[in-house]
Parts: sequence; structure tokens; C-alpha cells
Amino acid sequence: MSYVIHGKTGDWEVVIGLEIHAQIISKSKLFSGAATDFGSEPNSQVSIVDAAMPGMLPVINEYCIEQAVRTGLGLKARINLHSVFERKNYFYADLPQGYQISQYQHPVVGGGKVILDLPDGTTREIGIERLHMEQDAGKSLHDQDPRRSFIDLNRSGVALMEIVSKPDMRGPEDAGLYLKKLRSILRYLGTCDGNMEQGSLRADVNVSVRKPGEKLRTRTETKNVNSVRFVMQAIEHEAQRQVDAYESGGTVVQETRLYDAGKGETRPMRAKEFAHDYRYFPDPDLLPLELTDAYVEGIRKSLPELPDDKKLRFIGDFGLIPYNASVLVSEKDIADYYEKFVAEVLVRTKLPKERIGTECANVVINDLLGHLNKAGLDIAKSPVTPQMLANLQALKHDNTISGRIAKDVFEIMVETGKDPADIVAEKGLKQITDTGAIEAAVDKAIAANPTQAAQYKAGNEKVAGWFVGQVMKATQGKANPGLVNELLKKKLKD
Amino acid sequence: MALDRATVKKIALLARIKVPESELDSLAGELSSILTWVEQLNKIDTGNVQPMAGGGHLALPKRADAVTDGGAPEKVLANAPERVETYYAVPKVVE
Amino acid sequence: MTLTDLTLAEARDGLTKGSFSAVELAKAHLAAIEAARGLNAFITPTAELAIARAKAADERLAKKTARPMEGIPVAVKDLFCTEGVLTTAGSHILDGFKPTYESTVTRKLIEAGTVMVGKTNLDEFAMGSSNITSHYGPVKNPWAPPGDKDLVPGGSSGGSAAAVAARLCLGATGTDTGGSIRQPAAFCGIVGLKPTYGRCSRWGIVAFASSLDQAGPMTRTVGDSAIMLNAMAGHDPKDSTSAPVPVPDFEAAVERGVKGLRVGIPREYTMDGMPAEIADLWRQGAAWLKEAGATTVEVSLPHTSYALPTYYIIAPAEASSNLARYDGVRYGLRVPGETLDEMYENTRGEGFGKEVRRRVLIGTYVLSAGYYDAYYLKAQRVRTLIARDFSQAFEKIDALLTPTAPNAAFAIGEKMDDPVAMYLNDVFTVPVNLAGLPGISVPAGLSARGLPLGLQVIGRAFDEETVFATARVIEKAAKFDTRPPCLKK
Repeated sequence: MSYVIHGKTGDWEVVIGLEIHAQIISKSKLFSGAATDFGSEPNSQVSIVDAAMPGMLPVINEYCIEQAVRTGLGLKARINLHSVFERKNYFYADLPQGYQISQYQHPVVGGGKVILDLPDGTTREIGIERLHMEQDAGKSLHDQDPRRSFIDLNRSGVALMEIVSKPDMRGPEDAGLYLKKLRSILRYLGTCDGNMEQGSLRADVNVSVRKPGEKLRTRTETKNVNSVRFVMQAIEHEAQRQVDAYESGGTVVQETRLYDAGKGETRPMRAKEFAHDYRYFPDPDLLPLELTDAYVEGIRKSLPELPDDKKLRFIGDFGLIPYNASVLVSEKDIADYYEKFVAEVLVRTKLPKERIGTECANVVINDLLGHLNKAGLDIAKSPVTPQMLANLQALKHDNTISGRIAKDVFEIMVETGKDPADIVAEKGLKQITDTGAIEAAVDKAIAANPTQAAQYKAGNEKVAGWFVGQVMKATQGKANPGLVNELLKKKLKD
Repeated sequence: MALDRATVKKIALLARIKVPESELDSLAGELSSILTWVEQLNKIDTGNVQPMAGGGHLALPKRADAVTDGGAPEKVLANAPERVETYYAVPKVVE
Repeated sequence: MTLTDLTLAEARDGLTKGSFSAVELAKAHLAAIEAARGLNAFITPTAELAIARAKAADERLAKKTARPMEGIPVAVKDLFCTEGVLTTAGSHILDGFKPTYESTVTRKLIEAGTVMVGKTNLDEFAMGSSNITSHYGPVKNPWAPPGDKDLVPGGSSGGSAAAVAARLCLGATGTDTGGSIRQPAAFCGIVGLKPTYGRCSRWGIVAFASSLDQAGPMTRTVGDSAIMLNAMAGHDPKDSTSAPVPVPDFEAAVERGVKGLRVGIPREYTMDGMPAEIADLWRQGAAWLKEAGATTVEVSLPHTSYALPTYYIIAPAEASSNLARYDGVRYGLRVPGETLDEMYENTRGEGFGKEVRRRVLIGTYVLSAGYYDAYYLKAQRVRTLIARDFSQAFEKIDALLTPTAPNAAFAIGEKMDDPVAMYLNDVFTVPVNLAGLPGISVPAGLSARGLPLGLQVIGRAFDEETVFATARVIEKAAKFDTRPPCLKK
């Protein structure tokens, strides 16, 4: 499934690389003791170090280093025991020092990889070029005043990881999957909350196009795109724009662009483009960061099970198809819910787990996640606990209710938060397994619909399904569907 | 290395320092003489020599992750040339 | 007895004995500051603050809870941020800046009981060797022969040097990036110590070149220097380059003597065109040390002549970045502009003086794309060689003896047109900063014109004790009268 733009001059391939800025979860900033909470009063989380007062000096937060190393290990990357903080020099109103402390020639993390789970169940590897630590800038508000911009330095100095992919993606879908997978890994690791609306995760999108087999052409960089959907739209638009440019005899210039979500298009930054020259050099206020193997191994031992490993385990233990497994492991809370749910069902039904694994996966993916999505809830806020859901499964397995009724009970359960057994009792939803009662209902249905009964006899077997519906309706869905089927077929033939 | 007017203008722009046109030539002359003078370093073969990054002889010290600062906007805004409420204010920036 | 003629150690003893009060001592110095306005040594005298702190000191002295420098009047170079007190760095661009914080070194001095009498003048952002680049005007050297032209006090800590020499305070803080404590100390006939890089915290000192800057004491005697360094030094967790090493009792080391010490005389410091009186003084210094029981050894520091060009790449490069924060947004001068960039360019164009502008532009250039390797990286490699020269020499010797500067104080207005000629003032001091070592300038004699000349003693990293002991031997032998002519009857 490769993404291709069919141009007037033939097919074009799209080449994409992403630079992700991920805010490190930490209490205080990378080089100062100010807090990092989102949404505080302007300039209330600013130390005199963050405001770059004269004579202020940086001292590094050890936890941020640990978080960066942990992330590197989660990306199966090389950890560089020697890394260097450099100054990236440029002027901007929300960059108080006039430089950003970043890592340039010697990042803390080298090459790694992210595995994409494609919808067809196959996987694809995207290379990670590097990961480095750096300071965030402050925030400029341009829309508060007709002639002035306002500066809030609360973000200034917050620790970021810049995670740079190789140009291994070939379409908007790839980029979307990459971003989601990366976010999932960061959340498993607890190193970044992945909240794109709050700016904890931002993407710079590098896009170029080429004819199949060509070398790379000029790329553009679309800055600070803040949702998965926008990243995909930006790529789609930008790739098409480049193809149009080439095909109309024009060219593509290397430039920085912005994504306008309202118009769904990218445009060049309007700001005067100074020829950037960042004049990187090692920050003389800091010494090189030297790590030891023992330190790295200590962090490696503390890593949680990550989505790729969990997925393999789910496939092996629960007999899941790869796609379902990847959906379940996409968020740690979902995976945990699923495992708890399966365990509770096992206790109640005593069935082997390979038998109920897929069934439980379907309940979680189709019913529970479907409902939560509609309601806009995280699984952590689910009104239905794994125990309640297991109770419902058990009622189905011991034939107390039918699968059809189970769906209704589920709906009531998510609305009311009541236990399924109570719902079944209250609403009288217990399945009718009394053959006599079902037989009566079947007889009644056949007697009331002689035309359809005649059609069946004439060989139209589909009518049987219609009769099942009639009987179920007459019993408010409570009749055991197996018995209904069996009896109907027998009686219709008579 | 002799710097010309255009180069001086370019670095002045990078450094965000306004240099009057009338001073460009004399400044180019001064900077060129300094650069020519420092270029005597080229006489030394530094092939295998590691660069010395700083005056420190020690390992990078680290601090614990704790909130120990901030929470006092007045302390950082006290000297601001222009402010609005608890924001710094600057001429409007167009992105 | 005039209170302003006391050494710091004598004043400390007098205060302890109750011979005079801290308020009396402060008032005597404040009066001297008023009388010496013409020197332009201070940008901001802090009389009210001084009296308040002196009163508090007297209370402690009375209660016998005096701290090591209780009641001692000191001046502070206006590069140290002082809470609530105007801090200018000698620059227009810091107009009106009153820090909301106190630098670590000045905080330690306050905690030691000192009484700050004012903030001293300096070259703008400490960039200069003559104190003529200050936005607040040049400082005059109190040693200028009466009726003669005004002389520079040296720089960049020229105001501190002049204030100590003219007896406006008992000691002052300086900072030294390439000689900014030692060269003005030599020009003004006082003792100036640049400690080992990392000995004193840089936190709260307006940065010039981070890998070279170091604060140190400026006093009239070696003993006073040791007392003051004890108060200023110590590990600071807020400065990542501050050394976590213990602070010895420097005062106890001063009278240690030099018996058995091996003192190196670096061959390469004999430069073409060195005035004979400086070469003679240097030989004399070596002779004094031998008389006191040291042996002198000729050593080689082969890369010496490359130190200045190395320095004039590294220091401007770091400065160009350190001074980027002066942008008119959060403090200091703002010169309006239509756009943000125009505001930056106007503010920085007007706010920086010519020497600062020159160095920021050179620094910007040597870091820029395509030139970084040829200039900055090259200089950092040469720096390694310079540091290695010293460490190899120190395998054979315990201290080095050199002149502090290649000349005595010169007239205000001289050497102004050619920046490189001005830079040569620091030829003997700069290598010490590049290697991060401690160095002291001690007054050792007078030039033919009657101007002070200094000798420099350089020690191993964190061995200020040997530096003090060696300097003390020179001080005793030289019997230098630290009173400038204007104070003599």
C-alpha cells in the first residue's frame, strides 16, 4: 500500500521525515528550578535563570537526563556515553538568552527505530536518526494587542527531547502511524505525556517528492504542527503543492512553512527570513555530559514492557490476530484493561484463555472502545470496570443471556454503571430456554405469516432468518437464538 | 582575512547591532586587522590536538528534580522596559 | 593614624579591639570617596547602605559575634549583581538595571560582615585594559605624577584598582578574564589575585567570557588578599563550573616562605622590545626569591606567543553569545523600533560602545558557518597546547615568576586607535586564564617615571597558597610603598 501522487508527468513518491519535540515529564525545568505545569499565570513559572538575567547560569536536572536515556532505550537506540550541550544562537522575543541550549554534534542518543503496525497486520520499520535534549522557548502572543506582542516565559527552559526520524516515511498514513506509535512508546515510558493540544508533543514535518528511483529532491519543513490529523493533512497538501510546482515548470525552494489548519494548507513563514546561522558552539557554562554503562543498564532494567513486546505476548498468549493486538497495546491503559478483563473472565468461566482471548478483544475493541470514543472518554474513565464486563461475559457463556441481549445490557451498563446481573434481573432479560415457550412463539409466528411460510417451503431458505427476527421480536429478544433456529427449521418443513 | 562592507553588514545583522553606513568601512578595517592578526595560529599544527572546551576540570554537576524557584513574576518583571499585566511587551511580531 | 591608611588586617584587629567603630571606619572611607570624585573610580557610591551595614557590624562586634571581615569597607566592581543596587557593567545597555538578586561572591562578602561602600567603574562589560571603554567615563590612575597627563588605571577592574590604591576602601572585588585584575593592580601599585578557574562562583557576575571569567580580590597587601579570598571562595551548586573542592586557610599560608620552592622563569616571556626596567625588575624578583631560599629554573612555555590571538578568538566568541541577552525586552535600555528586529538593532547599536561592538562582531564572525573550524575550533586546540605547556612546566616547578604587564600605566588617549596594540597589554596575563590557573600581581617597584610595576606569580590549579607565599616574599623584599604621590605630603 504505497502512497503515490498521480501527476500529469507520471507518478510521484513522497519522502517524509519528522522532527518531534516532546516535552520531558519532570517537575522542574532542564536548567532551572522553576515548575513546568501547563496553563499557569503568565510568567509565574519563571526563575531569574529562565529570564536570562545577567550573570545567571544553568545547572542540569538529573531526572531529565534519565528520562532522555530511558526514551532512547525505548527506541532501541544507542546511548552515547559522551554528549555535549551547545548553544544555538538566534534572536527571538521568547528566547531570553539569545541562544537555546541544545545538543548538536554530540547528542545523548544515536540511531534507533520505531516499528509501525500497518492495518493489514504487517509491520514496517522507521529509522530514528537521533534524540537530543534541549530547552523550550517561551510563548509569544500576537493577537492580544494591535501593535504589540506579549511574552510569557513559563515554557522557557522546559526540557524537550527532539526526536529526529530518518526520511523513511512514504505517505501521510505512515506519518500518522509513526506519530501515534512514538507517542504510545513515550507514554509507556512515562517520559512525555504526548498531549498535542497542550503542545507537549509538536511535529516539524519535512517533505519532498520525487519520481520513483530518483535521488532526494529539495525538502520543505513545516513547523510546529500540533495534531496527528494536521500532520497528515499538511503532508498531503505540501506533497501535492510540490508536484504541482514541478509539473508547471517551477521549482521547490528549501524553506520553513507553517500549516494553516483553517485552510488546510501550508504557506511560507511571513517573517523576514534572515539567512539563519546558528553559530553552534559548546556551552562554556556547562561541562560535557558523561554517562556510564552501569547507569544506562540500571535504567534499562527499569524499563516497562513496551508495546511491541506486549503485542507479541498478546498474540502468543491470547491467540490474537496482529492487528487486534496492536490496537490493544496502543495504550498501556487499554492493554492493562484487556488483561484484567481476560483474567476475570477466566475466573468466571474456567475456559482456556486462547478460547476467550479473541472474544474479549472484540468486546474491548468494538464495544468498549467504540463507546468510549463516542463519549470522548479515556479508558481510565470508563464507567464499566473489567470485573463488570467479565460478569457480562459470564452471563453470556452460561446462557443466562444471548449475545444479542448482551449488547443491550452493555449499553445499559455504560449508561448506568450498574452490574449486568442486576440489569438482567431488573429488566427481566434472562434468556428463554424453555422449549415449550419458544415452540409456542414459533407456532404463532408461522400461523400469522402463511405467505412467508409458503415461500420457505417453495425453497426460499432466507425467509427462515426473517422468521427468527419475528420470534425474537415477540420474545423481546430473550429467546435462545439456537433453540429458535432449530425449532423454526423443523416446524417450517412440516 | 579582509572583511568587506557587505560581510560586516551581514554579521552586524546576525548580531542585531545597527551600524551606521558611515562606520562600515572603518569597522571593516579594524575587524580585518584583528582577524589577520589572529590568523598567526595557522602556523601551528594542531592535527591531533583535542579542543579544550572550558576552564573546568570536573564532571558536569547535576541537580535533583525539584521545584525550588519561580512563582514570583514581579521578580522577573521588575526591570522590564515595557510590560502589560504580567507579560513582557515587544513590538508586534508577524510570523 | 588615618583610618584609611590601615591595611585590611590592621582594620580587622582595630575593630576587634574596639579602637574604632565600623561606622567610623565606613565614614572615613565614604569621605575619602567624596574627596576623590575626580578619579571617577565609582559609578554608584552606596553611602546609606554602607552606614546601615556598618551599624549592624558594630552590633555584632559589641556582642562578640563578629564574622571574619566584620565591618570592613569594600568596593565591588560594577560587574557583580547586587540586590536593589544599580548594576551597570559600565554599559549604557544596562541603564537603570537593579537586580532582584545578589551575586554569590558579594553575598558571601556580606555574610562575612563586609560593608559595601560602592560599585566601581570598569571597562564596558569588562572588555578593555585601560578603563576607557566605560559608558561612565574613564577612571584616572591615582599614581599620575602631579601636573602630568592623566594616566589609565589599567582595566578592566580599573575603578576597583584606583579605589584600593587611593584608599577609598580596604579591598575591592575584581574580575579577570585576560588580566583584568592583575594588570590594573600592577598599574595602580596594589595586589590583585586571579584565583583558579572554579575557585569563586561566577553566579550573578555579568558574564564576559564564561570559560575564562574569574572573580578575585584586589587589596594593598598579600595578607589582605588572602583574607578576602577566604571570604569570596567556595563551591557554589548554582555554578556548574564551580569546583567542589575545600577552601584552605589562605591567610595561614601567606608567611609560609619559599624555602625549597622551585620557581620557573619562562624563557618565552622575554619579549622583543621589553623595557629594560621591566626586565630588570623581573631579574630582581628572581633574586629576592633565591635569597629567601627558593631555586629558580628556566622553563619553556613554547606556545606563549599564541596565547593572545587564541584569547582574542575565544573571548569574543563567548562574549558574542553571552551578550545576546541584552535585547531591550526584559531589562535595561530599550531604543524603540517599528519591528522587533529593528528594536533589537537600535537598542544594541546604541547600547553597546565601540569596543564591545567590535568584539561581539568578531565573535559572531568566528562562530559563523564556514569559519567555525578555522577560527574557534583552531583556537580551542591551541588552548589545549597552552594549558599543556603549563602542566608540563609544573612537573618540574612549583610556581612561575613573570612580569605582570609589558609596560607601566600609559596616558588616557594612548593606544586607542589600534585595538591590537591595546590587546598586547595582556600578553603575560592571558595565558594564565586560558589554562585556568591562579595568578597574582604584586607591586615590586617603580618605573623611571615613578609608576608602579608588578610581578606576576602563577601557581598550579587550586594552589593559591603557594602563590600567596611566593608573592609575600616579593612584597617583603620590595618594601613597596603603596601610597600614591597624591596622598603624600
